[in-house]
Amino acid sequence: MTRILVLIMGAMATVIFALVILVILPNSMLSDLKAPPQLKQPGQQELLGRQLYISNGCIYCHTQQVRDPVFTTDIHKGLGNRPSVPADYVYDAPHLLGTMRTGPDLFNVGTRLPDRNWHLLHLYQPRALVPWSIMPGFPFLFEHKPTAEAGDKVLDIPKPYAPSEGVVIISKEAEALVAYLISLQHNYPAPDSDALEEVQP
Amino acid sequence: MSTPVTSNPAQEESTVDHSKIKVSPEEMEAYDQSGRKPVLLGFFIAVVWLLIGTVLGDLSSFKFDRPDLLTEQAYLTFGRIRPAHLNVMVYGWASTAMFSVSLWLMPRLCRTPLRWGNLAVIGILVWTVGLGVGIALLLAGHGDGLEWLELDRQWADPLLVIGAAMVGASVWKTLAARNVHHLYVSIWYVAASYPWFLIIFLAGNMPFYKGVESAAVNWFYAHNALGLWLTTINLGLIYYLLPKIIGRPIYSYWLSLVGFWGLALFYALNGMHHLIGGPLPSWMIATSITASIMMIVPVVAVGINQHMTVVGRFGAMRYSPALTLAVIAAMSYTAVSLQGILTALVSVNRITHFTHWTIAHSHLGLYMFVTLSLFGGMYYILPRVLKKEWPSRRLVRAHILLVGGGMVLYIVALGIGGVLQGLSLLAPGEGFEASVSSAKPWLLLRSVSAVIISAGHLVFAYHAYLLAFTSRNSLTRHPPFYELKPVLVKKRVP
Ligand code: HEC
Ligand code: HEM
Ligand code: HEM
Repeated sequence: MTRILVLIMGAMATVIFALVILVILPNSMLSDLKAPPQLKQPGQQELLGRQLYISNGCIYCHTQQVRDPVFTTDIHKGLGNRPSVPADYVYDAPHLLGTMRTGPDLFNVGTRLPDRNWHLLHLYQPRALVPWSIMPGFPFLFEHKPTAEAGDKVLDIPKPYAPSEGVVIISKEAEALVAYLISLQHNYPAPDSDALEEVQP
Repeated sequence: MSTPVTSNPAQEESTVDHSKIKVSPEEMEAYDQSGRKPVLLGFFIAVVWLLIGTVLGDLSSFKFDRPDLLTEQAYLTFGRIRPAHLNVMVYGWASTAMFSVSLWLMPRLCRTPLRWGNLAVIGILVWTVGLGVGIALLLAGHGDGLEWLELDRQWADPLLVIGAAMVGASVWKTLAARNVHHLYVSIWYVAASYPWFLIIFLAGNMPFYKGVESAAVNWFYAHNALGLWLTTINLGLIYYLLPKIIGRPIYSYWLSLVGFWGLALFYALNGMHHLIGGPLPSWMIATSITASIMMIVPVVAVGINQHMTVVGRFGAMRYSPALTLAVIAAMSYTAVSLQGILTALVSVNRITHFTHWTIAHSHLGLYMFVTLSLFGGMYYILPRVLKKEWPSRRLVRAHILLVGGGMVLYIVALGIGGVLQGLSLLAPGEGFEASVSSAKPWLLLRSVSAVIISAGHLVFAYHAYLLAFTSRNSLTRHPPFYELKPVLVKKRVP
């Protein structure tokens, strides 16, 4: 019996130790993090857009983090004007940091590409704007109709990529996703990082 | 295939000389048969998931070469197919097969029939239903949005927890009823994995984390799912198969201890190395990098222990596909861990982070180590539970050569492609286009390897079907690699 006891107690001890260090301790340390004043709280449309970003798996190709300039060239390459810090993410649940840069980082895409129409067409067919792109199109985020009805917003698509008949209508979903993308702007100065420095020994 | 179950009646037993434990074939058969139902059920479900996951993996791969392939329907978009591939392979194929492996190993190692076998059957079914629901919801666009934790926390996760707990209960009940004094190292790995998995899975799925804390929990979970679940049960299986098939004891009891407790202690702290350079308090990332480097201790201990057990007997691989696969898997464990330690160093990570290098590492771990170990386990276990041999040595050979060769191509291609991609992501003068075009040819090569591996999976599934559902001839007299010259030993093994 004692050996089983050693096994179960030891096994539990190691994993709970790690849980305390990596989850519970940081959770209490970061709990009083305040949102930087310039960081806008996402509105309803942006939250819907964020949900579409999650459900269509943009995260498997795009990150949302700017790394330390000491050992990366993220800032040099125009991904932002400073490394991202925990306070930038206070409204994010779940986080969308990502682990793949098959496509560019999007943490400041709203600053870099503020044009709504660019994003709409890019989502419908990336190769209409960026011929070398390997990003998939998301035509299912748009509505395909034989003719536009009153109040419909028609997407202007260049010739080879436009459907052979009918029109493509900008849906509520496509608008929301683009609103979310454009809201990704974190170029305000790094928030006063007192809270953080206390955390870092 | 050789089974050195000797009929020596002397019953000496010790943890160290596990392979020398003399058990009569009849007794062994009784243990194998005690878990027949859940073991066969689990393997059957696992192979079905393997085929589904293969289709999803192939599709994800082809979509890199042809981004306009199947984009009209939402459920076929890359961003849904890819997480479906991950979840099907990890929770459907690997985990379900690992249930069967555990339920087969425990009676043998504890020398008692499987307890609560019916509970395990229900557990496997509940798990499978939960996973099916989760995958369907994921494809329909309802997921939790965290990598490795995509399955819906309301409808899918509770079923997974209940299912795993039921299988775990059967494992622990069997352990409690054991008829041996010493616990062989495989028991530690297998038995500890169940409470570990339940704890990390519950912790990972709690809904109240936000901001960077949600990232920390995400990677705490994902890394431990690898380290304290997928890795541990497969190490337990390899620790059993190597000495058993070769017929000599594990090299060192103390190295086994170091390997096990070192892994338990350091692996659990590794998670933040997935976020190197990210917006977390830097002490967290530093802790994980340190723990990653410390992993050298258990990895080398396990590597030496398993290598020294087999050394000089590599020729036996010609006679046993299970041994062949277990040896390759054991070597891959060392290889993937050393690669991982390298990747966790900031100087390497600055290049390889965010690139296909990570995908090469994933598949070196989850394929060359985990999947091949499970294939090896099935080659060994299924004939003993079904009481008949694999029908065709040609099919065994074709399967191993296709998946082995295909995966080596996969890993080498993405390893090179990943580094090139990473270098151009880092080069200050280059635009983003350069990183896409430098990876493209290697991604195409990966798609080629995907086709080869898929062919291997079809061969295996067909062969398993022949074994389980038909009465073809057996291959006992002609082991699959018998004609091949031994390449790993100098002297010919008679
Ligand atoms: C298969 C990987 C992949 C997926 C999935 C993906 N992207 Fe992309 N994305 C790329 C690549 C590659 C580029 C660079 C080429 C281009 O601009 O099209 C890119 C570029 C972008 C850009 C322009 C960024 C810039 O700085 O030029 C935006 C915005 C974008 N993607 C948004 C999204 C959104 C939103 C989703 C999910 C609905 C998504 N992407 C899904 C690969 C992907
Ligand atoms: C037919 C064989 C397989 C093929 C063609 C294949 C293909 C792929 C592809 C294309 C990706 C996405 C890569 C990316 O996003 O850039 C992927 C990811 C992944 N696959 Fe596979 N795969 C195969 C087998 C397996 C198996 C058997 C497992 C597990 C047991 C597995 C586990 C994973 C995991 C965990 C990821 C995510 C990796 C990460 O996020 O770093 N794969 N695979
Ligand atoms: C000591 C051992 C190991 C270390 C230090 C290690 C290290 C790492 C690091 C640093 C990453 C992150 C790469 C990045 O995003 O830049 C990673 C990813 C990964 N590792 Fe390991 N690794 C180890 C062993 C293993 C083993 C044994 C397996 C498989 C069983 C494995 C499977 C994976 C997978 C699947 C990922 C991708 C996760 C994802 O992004 O979805 N690793 N590893």
